[in-house]
Amino acid sequence: MSSSAHARMNCGEFRSTYIQDTTIFPTPLARRTAIAAVIFLLLAPTFLNSYFLNLGIQIGYYGIAALGLNIVVGFTGQISLGHAAFFGFGAFASAWLNNATGLPVFFCIPLAGAMTMAVGLIVGIPAGRIKGLYLAIATLASQYILEDFFSRADWFTGGAYGAMANPFTIFGFEFNNDQRYWYVVLFYVVLMFLFGTNLLRTRDGRAFIAVRDHYLSAEIMGINLTKYRILSFGISSFYAGVGGALFGHYLGFVSAEGFTLLLSIQFLGMIIIGGMGSVQGTLMGTAFMVLLPELMEGGVGLFGHGSSGLMQALAYIKEMSIGLAIILFLIFEPDGLAHRWKMIKAYWKLYPFSY
Amino acid sequence: MNFELLTQLIVNGLIVGTLYGVVAMCFVLIYKSTQVVNFAQGEFLLIGAWTCWALLVKFHLPFWLGFPITLAFMVIFGIVLQMVVLRPLIGEPIISVIMVTIGLSMFFQSLMGWIFGVYAKPFPRVFETESINLLGLQIQTAYIMSLVISVVIMIGFYYFFKYSRLGLAMRATAFDQQVAQSLGISVKKVFAAAWAISALVSAMAGVVVGMVNGVSSALSFFGIKVFPVVILGGLDSIVGAIVGGLIIGVLENLAEFVDSQWLHLGNMYTIAPFYALVVILMIKPYGLFGTKDIERI
Repeated sequence: MSSSAHARMNCGEFRSTYIQDTTIFPTPLARRTAIAAVIFLLLAPTFLNSYFLNLGIQIGYYGIAALGLNIVVGFTGQISLGHAAFFGFGAFASAWLNNATGLPVFFCIPLAGAMTMAVGLIVGIPAGRIKGLYLAIATLASQYILEDFFSRADWFTGGAYGAMANPFTIFGFEFNNDQRYWYVVLFYVVLMFLFGTNLLRTRDGRAFIAVRDHYLSAEIMGINLTKYRILSFGISSFYAGVGGALFGHYLGFVSAEGFTLLLSIQFLGMIIIGGMGSVQGTLMGTAFMVLLPELMEGGVGLFGHGSSGLMQALAYIKEMSIGLAIILFLIFEPDGLAHRWKMIKAYWKLYPFSY
Repeated sequence: MNFELLTQLIVNGLIVGTLYGVVAMCFVLIYKSTQVVNFAQGEFLLIGAWTCWALLVKFHLPFWLGFPITLAFMVIFGIVLQMVVLRPLIGEPIISVIMVTIGLSMFFQSLMGWIFGVYAKPFPRVFETESINLLGLQIQTAYIMSLVISVVIMIGFYYFFKYSRLGLAMRATAFDQQVAQSLGISVKKVFAAAWAISALVSAMAGVVVGMVNGVSSALSFFGIKVFPVVILGGLDSIVGAIVGGLIIGVLENLAEFVDSQWLHLGNMYTIAPFYALVVILMIKPYGLFGTKDIERI
């Protein structure tokens, strides 16, 4: 799916070794663009207001979790319908670690990721045996079982009351508003996305893709299917856990109602709209999925002046728009925004000759 | 131990189980003939029930007129859905097909929520008496009707697939699409028919459940409950769907009983089928009656 990442290069760029062919960024220009984007984002809190920072932070933590899902779905070809449960587990785990042991939040976030990974490995065990549709249904079951666990385990989640999550601190400095928390999320986004991109350059990453493309051939080439299927679940849960922990410490409060099947579907929507098997597509898809409800809210606010019926229906309109976006993308652009973006770039690069 | 409660729960389980069986049968029908996993099965129930409710309550139609109109609507709905949404996705990977039905489920669930609201609305009285006494057990009339309808539907399915032309064409298509096509069967028509029948029968189930519990968005949970049933019975087995439905129906009521008597955990009714699902997948992934995939290279 993303095999054509290196397909279009500028004149004068050539590769003579395999190492050059597996760089993180396909071209020097891409690397410079990425660095410039990070610098831009570092400066963003100085000129963006809280509303946009809030959206950016949402894109950040959802994006991390969505990248995890893309590793399991887009790269390993396994279907997971229970990602929201892992996301929630990460949020609760981080809050619980911080509240119960007094460990600083700084350490709790990666530890929550590790705990979620452990759960993901357990849930992933069926993935070693079954695949495709059966796996989708098994993960659906795990979604409900974990949701049930959240509502039941008072010691861990606070049950029906939810759990408080303390703000992120380093040496007593609290990252308690949007401007400050922005940097925490940005740090994790850069870290996790670099890790994700790098993962796909390693032996394990290539094994994932081989399992996706043709699992029988992969097995014949000596790839341990069970190991890699479960491993990809583990890594994906780690991402979900970290994303969830960031979510929890941002909101300051974690309640069990937020991590339903609907959120799992939204995560899947993110990677489908962004492009399965594309790291940069994941971010695009997440941005789309976070901004779409906002856009709907704006649209309803514009047209539905005074008509309270439309305002009351806003929640439904948001959900409908998400469902519709997923359907329309699957029918008209199954390769997602990443593919569309590549086409646009190619169009301008080759303009006025279309080939 | 409370034997009266136990028998009552088991009877309830069997009756709800036949409904699960019917819905699962619709699911299997679509899966078998079109290879589509329909996550929007529950929304078929929901749409059917709301349509019938609206016809009866808003337009004041009598039941004998409103019900057939609902069914006709659902047939058209199923065909249109298949043509507009599912047909472009033939040959796409399984994740796309799953996601498009999930998208449909989300879309229709919120659409119905928007139009009809979230609160359960009672169905107008169709029967004179609410419940009747059978061998010392109180059973609601609508349940009896649902039992009868379910059994009729099951027998209907049996004859449809055994003797009717379309039924045989559907079985041929399920067996091998290319062979069926070369024998002159219109695969497009078969696909459309599968969705139409599935929508129609699901809507019947939806109306029945709506009569007992009132119509609300909770109906769409049937579409999720169908998964433990079909996994237990085998994804492509109609007999399996019925047997699985009965077993899951009884199982969740037994879980409720055990929970209420000894465990006191709460919520076991909803969650027990999913534990069963995981166990079945670990032990016997192809279910009781499902065909085991044999892959050749």
